[in-house]
Amino acid sequence: MLETEAFEVSFGPQHPSTHGVLRLQLTLDGEVVVECEPHIGYLHRDFEKICENRTYTQVIPYTDRLDYLGAMNNNFGYCLTVEKLLGVAIPERAEYIRVIIAELNRIASHLLAIGTFVQDLGAFGTPLLYCFREREKIIDIFEATCGNRLTYNYYRIGGVAQDIPDGFVEKVKGFIKYLRPKLKDYEDLMTNNAILLVRTKGIGVLSREMALDYAITGPNLRASGVAFDLRKEDPYSIYPRFQFDVPTRATGDAWDRYRVRMDEIEQCLRIIEQAIDNIPSGDFIAKVPKMLKVPAGETYFRTESPRGELGFYLISDGSNKPYRLKCRAPSFSNLAVIPDLVRGVKVADVIAILGSIDIVLGEIDR
Amino acid sequence: MIDIPFILNFLWMCAKAAGLLGFVSISVMFLIWLERKVSAHIQSRLGPMIVGWHGCFQTIADTIKLLLKENIVTKEADKLTFWFAPLVVFVASFLPFVAIPFGRNLIARDLNLGLLYILAVSSLGVIGIFMAGWGSGNKYSLLGGMRTAAQIISYEIPLVLSILTVVMMAGSLSMTKIIEAQKGMWFIVYQPIAFLVYFISAIAEVNRAPFDIAEAESELVAGFHTEYSGMKFAMFFLAEYTNMFVVSAIAAALFLGGWQGPFLPGAAWFLLKVYFLIFVMMWVRWTFPRLRVDQLMHFAWKFLLPLAFLNILVTALVMVIKR
Repeated sequence: MLETEAFEVSFGPQHPSTHGVLRLQLTLDGEVVVECEPHIGYLHRDFEKICENRTYTQVIPYTDRLDYLGAMNNNFGYCLTVEKLLGVAIPERAEYIRVIIAELNRIASHLLAIGTFVQDLGAFGTPLLYCFREREKIIDIFEATCGNRLTYNYYRIGGVAQDIPDGFVEKVKGFIKYLRPKLKDYEDLMTNNAILLVRTKGIGVLSREMALDYAITGPNLRASGVAFDLRKEDPYSIYPRFQFDVPTRATGDAWDRYRVRMDEIEQCLRIIEQAIDNIPSGDFIAKVPKMLKVPAGETYFRTESPRGELGFYLISDGSNKPYRLKCRAPSFSNLAVIPDLVRGVKVADVIAILGSIDIVLGEIDR
Repeated sequence: MIDIPFILNFLWMCAKAAGLLGFVSISVMFLIWLERKVSAHIQSRLGPMIVGWHGCFQTIADTIKLLLKENIVTKEADKLTFWFAPLVVFVASFLPFVAIPFGRNLIARDLNLGLLYILAVSSLGVIGIFMAGWGSGNKYSLLGGMRTAAQIISYEIPLVLSILTVVMMAGSLSMTKIIEAQKGMWFIVYQPIAFLVYFISAIAEVNRAPFDIAEAESELVAGFHTEYSGMKFAMFFLAEYTNMFVVSAIAAALFLGGWQGPFLPGAAWFLLKVYFLIFVMMWVRWTFPRLRVDQLMHFAWKFLLPLAFLNILVTALVMVIKR
């Protein structure tokens, strides 16, 4: 027998497909992964400690930088947490704007997830740039609304920072009309592609039990057959008013995770369609004092971010700054399952699995 | 004492080689520009637009940049292997041009065994790629080199078998004779399966997507040429596009009737066919995801190889019956 030995490859932090600065320490036997150990912390900025020294409003820009691809959803989650402790009533108009913006952001995030996933499978550039082209339209809408293109800082405690601009409704409607046929194009380019199928079917199967054990949430959990969506399970804001389905898939492989995201884009469009025509007039922000003091107490609030359950645990001592703010980031739990998923697969599948789990390092390292 | 005919012959040979080298360089520059434009338009971008008309001098600017770059050799590298690998790859990609017929009399050397010669020298490149993978002293490079070696050797077999049917029909290994045998009808009409098997294997031979596992940007950073920069990297680049030209030229000669066609001169027809095939390769590259390394092997051994054998069998049977 020829003597062989396993060798270690440091996969990242500078690597084209680790989606940020994740480092996977892979022990390889030829092309097969024997062991995988994720190393995180390259993007650590001490979010939770910083928040203890900022007023409640000043924390909002920091939440943008958690999951920077779903920044609006992070704003949303944080503001809802503070509002719960504050017990303030949100104007109807603000509720509608918030939901529309959050769902648009979810579409943008899923588009990017799909694009980078297929790019990692080696479809070089084309699907990614198509997804970017569509995402660009959403970002343009956001830019018109709040002036920023990535970290928006748009939600405020009690509402949103400013009213939607003129022509917002038409732009969003135009976007819906634009995106629907494009989704069909994706089916032709990606979904019905034989190579994509063999690369993703049965790869990185995340069983229902395993997903629950690891506290996986979001599209990854739904791909494993659990219809768990916080917008349905633990409704917040005005989500109960809208009709939408929770797409699920049975097996939980990379293909299913990709499909669930595609289906969710469709559901997001449905929610936006129902909301966009019914935006009531009125205030876009509730009357909250400039120097906001939150009554003492503690609370946990969870929302459905594009990547899963985004929770904030807030302790207030009655001052104008949070005493403690803990963030439960969905990507963190989702990342934890990767060593178990990639054991025994080929290097190329590591990429497929990592891409299909869709992590964002910004909220893992915080 | 001075052997005049020999010297003349030698000078003529040098002139031919220089002409070919010049053609190859210009052709590669055009191809790189074309690839960038094709990919850009497929991806709804514009591509290079600044240097010259629609960026047509972009490649020249890039070449100058590459020439001026610092020559970096990593500490871990096996110096000699690292230095020679790009040369081996480039020379191997350039050698087949000797027997490629650009036109009726436009061939550097009409070898009797032209096709065999082309196949033999074009598979030398894998040695260079493996040298690069090994010599870089980088794990990603090594993985890329190993993958390439396995891949090229696997795809060589269906490639040769698919060509064999053409050789059977033409009854010769000389490129000129094969093209002349297609006077009445191109061989692609009689041998569509052979053409497909050849074209797929050829894409794999030149490491293009969806078979680009050797470079596999998203997995292996840049595969075997991860550690290469400057002009040494340019050599690999040059070799890649030269290889594309070679395999497309073979396809054009064997299946698409080479230089034959109405109105235009022979060389123009030949280049048109070659560039069309290269365009198809680019089109494929920017559309499909990449296969996994074991799926790639399965595809070669379990699908292409039996298909190629079956094709030979059927061709032989038909030829025997017709006689």
